[in-house]
Amino acid sequence: MLPNLGYGTLVITLIVSIYAIVSAVIGERKNLYKYVESARLALLLTFPLLTLAVISIVILLVNQNYEVQYVYNVTSSTMPTYLKVTALWGGQAGSLVFWAWLMAAFGSAVTLRKWDRDHDLLPWVIIVSSVTLAFFLIMIVVFENPFIRFWTLPSGGELVAMFAPAGSQLIHPFDGRGLNPLLRHPGMIIHPPMLYLGFVSFVIPYAFGMAALITGRTDDRWIRLTRRWTLVAWMFLSIGLILGSRWSYDVLGWGGYWAWDPVENAAFMPWLSGTAFLHSVMIQEKRGLFKRWNMILVIITYSLVIFGTFLTRSGVLSSVHAFAQSAIGPMFFIFIGLSFIISLAFLIKRWDDLRSEGVMTSLLSRESLFLINNLLFIGILVVVFWGTVYPLISELFTGQKVTVGPPFYNSTTGPLFVGLLLLMGIAPLSAWGHSTWKTLGKALWIPAIGSLILIVVLFVSGVRSIGALIGFTVASLAAFVTIYEFWRGMKARHKRNGENYLVALWKLTARNRRRYGGYIIHLSVVFMAIGIIGIEFFQTETQGRIAPGESLSLAGYTVTYKNLAEFDVADGRNVARAVLSVSKNGKDLGELYPRRDFYYDSQQPMTIPGVRSTVEDDLYVILVNWEQISSLGATFKVFHNPLINWLWYGGILLVIGSFIAAWPDPEKEIELAPSRIMRKETGNLVSKP
Amino acid sequence: MNYKNIVFLRIKILIGFFALIFLLLLISFNNVIAQNDYPTDDQVNAIAKELYCPVCENTPLDVCPTQACAQWRALIKEKLIAGWSKEEIKQYFVDQYGDRVLAQPPARGLNWLVYILPPVVFVGGIVVVYLNLKKIKKSSEKVVQVSNNNNDKYLKEMEEALNVLNNEEDLS
Repeated sequence: MLPNLGYGTLVITLIVSIYAIVSAVIGERKNLYKYVESARLALLLTFPLLTLAVISIVILLVNQNYEVQYVYNVTSSTMPTYLKVTALWGGQAGSLVFWAWLMAAFGSAVTLRKWDRDHDLLPWVIIVSSVTLAFFLIMIVVFENPFIRFWTLPSGGELVAMFAPAGSQLIHPFDGRGLNPLLRHPGMIIHPPMLYLGFVSFVIPYAFGMAALITGRTDDRWIRLTRRWTLVAWMFLSIGLILGSRWSYDVLGWGGYWAWDPVENAAFMPWLSGTAFLHSVMIQEKRGLFKRWNMILVIITYSLVIFGTFLTRSGVLSSVHAFAQSAIGPMFFIFIGLSFIISLAFLIKRWDDLRSEGVMTSLLSRESLFLINNLLFIGILVVVFWGTVYPLISELFTGQKVTVGPPFYNSTTGPLFVGLLLLMGIAPLSAWGHSTWKTLGKALWIPAIGSLILIVVLFVSGVRSIGALIGFTVASLAAFVTIYEFWRGMKARHKRNGENYLVALWKLTARNRRRYGGYIIHLSVVFMAIGIIGIEFFQTETQGRIAPGESLSLAGYTVTYKNLAEFDVADGRNVARAVLSVSKNGKDLGELYPRRDFYYDSQQPMTIPGVRSTVEDDLYVILVNWEQISSLGATFKVFHNPLINWLWYGGILLVIGSFIAAWPDPEKEIELAPSRIMRKETGNLVSKP
Repeated sequence: MNYKNIVFLRIKILIGFFALIFLLLLISFNNVIAQNDYPTDDQVNAIAKELYCPVCENTPLDVCPTQACAQWRALIKEKLIAGWSKEEIKQYFVDQYGDRVLAQPPARGLNWLVYILPPVVFVGGIVVVYLNLKKIKKSSEKVVQVSNNNNDKYLKEMEEALNVLNNEEDLS
């Protein structure tokens, strides 16, 4: 009953979204407002409809309806309830429904804003949102239906299908396969929603951009309208990436946080073009430049969002040949290709209309530095894209599989990231429109001296790695400049208004949230850079088999094996838990408990490290689970990861900075529509022409 | 002592000397063999780190948890005992399982594209940026020419007022 209801809801939502497209097109072409209004309501309707479908899936998951194939694949009786709920995005079909649900949510939210001033953009925003939504719904309804069930046929065979074949009976498996143990981690629970939120919310700026393009609006209104959407989308995508890294660090047991794995790259690429876009739109707002480039960026970001979803969901990354076995792969490919070509076609049509309003007059002006910023981000994007896609090309054209791994990415993107950190230190000090070496030098010399002193201190204390020294130099420069910017503002307010420094800081940030929120985000990036430099250049490791009482030594730490306990746990796993004591220079630092969990339902082991985290490093110990584990002797791998926790501190600071930057300014809002101004002033709804 | 005893003594000393040398050689040989017999896990991992699992997706050989990978690591250990160098072991894996076990595509044939394309595109990007910035120089030269022709006093006052406004905007 419920599967049929759920599937029916999905089909109806698809029909409604197609209706929205058609109605909006008719309304726009024939200038009939009521059709556009109907389309708007249709898009609004998709959200409650899809919510019904999502609730159906969740009920089926929680109630252990294993006759539904999806429920069988991702849940089992030993899983706690909250994991059964989050299993909604634990598999292919469910996560596509989740994606569509979020798209409907954002599409509906967009329809609920005041459209008085922008009713010419509305039809196209509806169309773009609905086309994206309809595409995902077609994928779900036709190819990846989460409601299909197991049936026995009268002939004795089995079938997985939506509707009951003639004379068949439902099969009720005794238990499910259970969610992949790797996914049963808090980080993994929030990571897909955050990533999808980031992906889906980038569709809205794209929709507005296309609307502006198609209607021939050459001003920057579409950018002002979507400024907050873009920032929030960027924040979610950043959180998703950071959580994914944290999960990888906590649970995959290889002592690292990022492996340049194609699936990781798939989410990183829209982040790169999205960050370039975030900066580049400021130039269009302030100086009317780069209109065409901003269109290109938003089109690229949308394509990369769909491409990212495609890469992770289509199986193309395991093999070019696995790609074609499910129809999803080719369908995604066609959709990306078509949407990209059509978007470019509109851009070419409007190319001349998007001429820049001003000119860049100075090489060191902020807009010029932003141009270099974009160059670097797109440079990194090209490297990551090419490295991700090349193995597929190699397999396609030569039949030979190759691996493009971290050495390639590190050596090619490293210098570009250094360039970006350097820019983060210089650009805040350059002015819009005009800057010279003199003005920049005057502002830059104090922070630069600070960085120089730091580097000498590091060198003297033994740091010899050139890469690390360069990295710390530019990171510290960016930090000093950012702090200096806060200081300048605080001092000016203190002088002008007599406020004490803390109040000055608060008011400074509150009155210019976008700018100072942005500076806080820059600071968070510096923190993350510190963490990354620490682990990338200074990580050490050792592995050895030891008996109780014996120890391993690394980086001044001594790790002694005390004992091991093996036991079963209620949620369906067998746990082997080692107790190790840690000391440094004779001083006892406590105990660590690395363990190996073995999940009976999916027959998979998981390695959970024991980690001692401090501001300056992590001591990270894993029980090597492919060697024999016993109380007579076990193999441990010990990592020393200097500075790694700065990466997570930076992540938290990034969220704070994004909140501040995106928080609505009560005073500096977009100019109200005339009708709203009338209503505010006179209480009447009489609108001015 | 008579002559015969002295000779025997010298012979004994000589034999003892050679025996000592031989013993020392034996001991040092044993050390060498002992080292090769038991490469540490770290030595195995140092090589496995630079190889990728031949069957899993994008997993380095030192962290891959499968039984197959455990056997491959044992294979590396054996080869180390037999005296193979790191390069020889890596080449062995490439010969057995193909180029995918390497962390980077070997630079030959189509693979040259991997290393050439990004720098080429980046240089292309630099060219685009450079051309855009050249426009700046041209237009800023024009601006300077124009301003020199006009009455500077009012222009100066305007520019000062604008500067103040600019700074105000930055600070508020």
